[in-house]
Amino acid sequence: MHLKYESFVREPLITGDKTYAQVTEDICKPIEQKPSKLWYVGFVLSLLFLGFGVFSVFWEVYWGLGTWGINRTVGWGWDITNFVWWVGIGHAGTLISAILLLFRQGWRTGVNRAAEAMTIFAVMCAGQFPIFHMGRVWNAFYVLPLPNTRGPLWPNFNSALLWDVFAISTYFTVSLLFWYSGLVPDFATIRDRAKTKLRKRLYGLASFGWTGTAKNWQRFEALSLVLAGLSTPLVLSVHTIVSFDFATSVIPGWHATIFPPYFVAGAVFSGFAMVQTLLILVRKIYKMEDYITLGHIEAMNKVIVLTGSIVGVAYLTELFMAWYSQVHFEQEAFKYRVFGPYWWAYWAMMTCNVVSPQFFWFKKLRRNIVFTFILSIVVNIGMWFERFVIIVTTLANDFLPSSWTYYSPTWPELGFYLGTFGLFFTCFFLFSKYFPVIAIAEIKFTLKVSGDKYKRDMQRLDAMTTEEFLEEANHAH
Amino acid sequence: MAIKKFAVACFDDEAPLFAAVDKVRNSGYKLHDVYTPFPVHGLDVAMGHKDTDLHIAGFCFGLTGTATALGFMSWIFTSDWPINYAGKPFFALPAFIPITFELTVLFAAVGMVLTYCYLNQIMPGVKKHVFHPRQTDDYFVLVVEVPEGEPEGEIMEFLAGTNPLETNVQVAEDGWWFGRWDKDEDYTKNFA
Repeated sequence: MHLKYESFVREPLITGDKTYAQVTEDICKPIEQKPSKLWYVGFVLSLLFLGFGVFSVFWEVYWGLGTWGINRTVGWGWDITNFVWWVGIGHAGTLISAILLLFRQGWRTGVNRAAEAMTIFAVMCAGQFPIFHMGRVWNAFYVLPLPNTRGPLWPNFNSALLWDVFAISTYFTVSLLFWYSGLVPDFATIRDRAKTKLRKRLYGLASFGWTGTAKNWQRFEALSLVLAGLSTPLVLSVHTIVSFDFATSVIPGWHATIFPPYFVAGAVFSGFAMVQTLLILVRKIYKMEDYITLGHIEAMNKVIVLTGSIVGVAYLTELFMAWYSQVHFEQEAFKYRVFGPYWWAYWAMMTCNVVSPQFFWFKKLRRNIVFTFILSIVVNIGMWFERFVIIVTTLANDFLPSSWTYYSPTWPELGFYLGTFGLFFTCFFLFSKYFPVIAIAEIKFTLKVSGDKYKRDMQRLDAMTTEEFLEEANHAH
Repeated sequence: MAIKKFAVACFDDEAPLFAAVDKVRNSGYKLHDVYTPFPVHGLDVAMGHKDTDLHIAGFCFGLTGTATALGFMSWIFTSDWPINYAGKPFFALPAFIPITFELTVLFAAVGMVLTYCYLNQIMPGVKKHVFHPRQTDDYFVLVVEVPEGEPEGEIMEFLAGTNPLETNVQVAEDGWWFGRWDKDEDYTKNFA
């Protein structure tokens, strides 16, 4: 008898009467089979997008930043919009893997592996934008504090943009370490059941020689816990620092103390939407419905409605503060934001981010897969518009009315954005083919507490008196 | 690092495993190790392992990161190359906090993972003996060392008393070595 008790009132997290062996079988199967036709189609499509992205970036580097639509008034356009958007998407992965670990949320085990992979790929995509926005990209290393031959000159450590360099690179490194340390035991599982020599050799290499001794597992748990403890403030700091890029400036519309919490909430909001988009596909294509259940989807939808509402409150607070401050320029900035030349972007943002997630107050809709899938895409469109609204509408109507202008992107900017989708999905397709998309060891760990087979026994235990229960527990061995 | 003879017992659940670990520890036989497919809570205590000090290492690495970041930025902006940025003070401590925090986290995480790999003796290219291919799948494998020069019969009989699914005797390297996982090593020929 398993002595960890979880009430049968709680929904089982693993359905379908699984045993440990069945869990291994289910999760390793896609890796050991030839991928489906759909996989090849998706992969080739992603590569095409990636190729177009590489060409667009080449065009920009070769001819210079003039090939982009940005100008002296609107110096930040799609590039920084996309950067903030991709970084935000990454945040859900860390929230699931780190913050939910600290809160001991059992449902994270079904989704954390794919969500963390999403984080890493999203941060990879995000990093491209500020780098290529530099124009002379071969000088990108100037942001690093290296001793150099340009005189003992250092970057400005007081600049929010330099903080970003440290924040994003730390975030990427720590996420990667966290993700890979969890993958090592799962690679060992694949290695030990490998039938072909090549698979045995490669997964042997990737598994670092893991065998799963009791002491190794003890250290594994200690490492996960501390990495989760480190990642939690880290993920909050990353989008806080991204928001400092705007908030520490003196531009009306940007210069607001509400930015850090508002950006973090928005990041989690868009990240969870992206997790939904990906996992609804993964569970369908790889038949993982027993591990990513409706309960998981509902739990994530609850996070979406919470963070979506926080974002909504933030939008309204901004408007209120603009009026309440009685600062003329602040008021004008928001007047142009809502009713100015980019009014359509503002209202697209409001509809997608504030109105649409409110549907998730209804349980029926939270558990409806098709609705969730569509809404997850709507939310991500909305969050892209949020960044566009903040960046472009603010800059387009700046201090001098004579330099006001309208910005629209050119094809290399569009191609660059599509290219990052290519990069993201190329990585995600490779991940879903060669990596266990669900954390095998962690699922097994929760199986006897949250598996439906074991939960049924809880009804019997719940009906027992304390004496009967102690009697059975003491005689179990 | 030595080639030894081991008696192996496999279980398919935690409960009989705990009972068997208790029995082996009270019997005076040398418990080599227990291999499980996932972290089994309480097993480390049952085996008599002390709590790991890994988190202390993490704390020390973190402090190193804090000191590095603060020291480096302060040195640059106050003595190496002070620059007047918009009339702000050279030693602008609040502006140093974000990078200090990031480096603290970075040093702690990287240092801890490296320490973890070192302590667990895991690294790309490392190979160890796998007592049962299902120990990373659904088996809980208990391994007892057979003392040198002694026959294994008595131990095997003892292990059979713990109700395992299967038992066997294996000759294996007890440490790690660099090797390829698609090639099998044969220890029996150099084992007297």
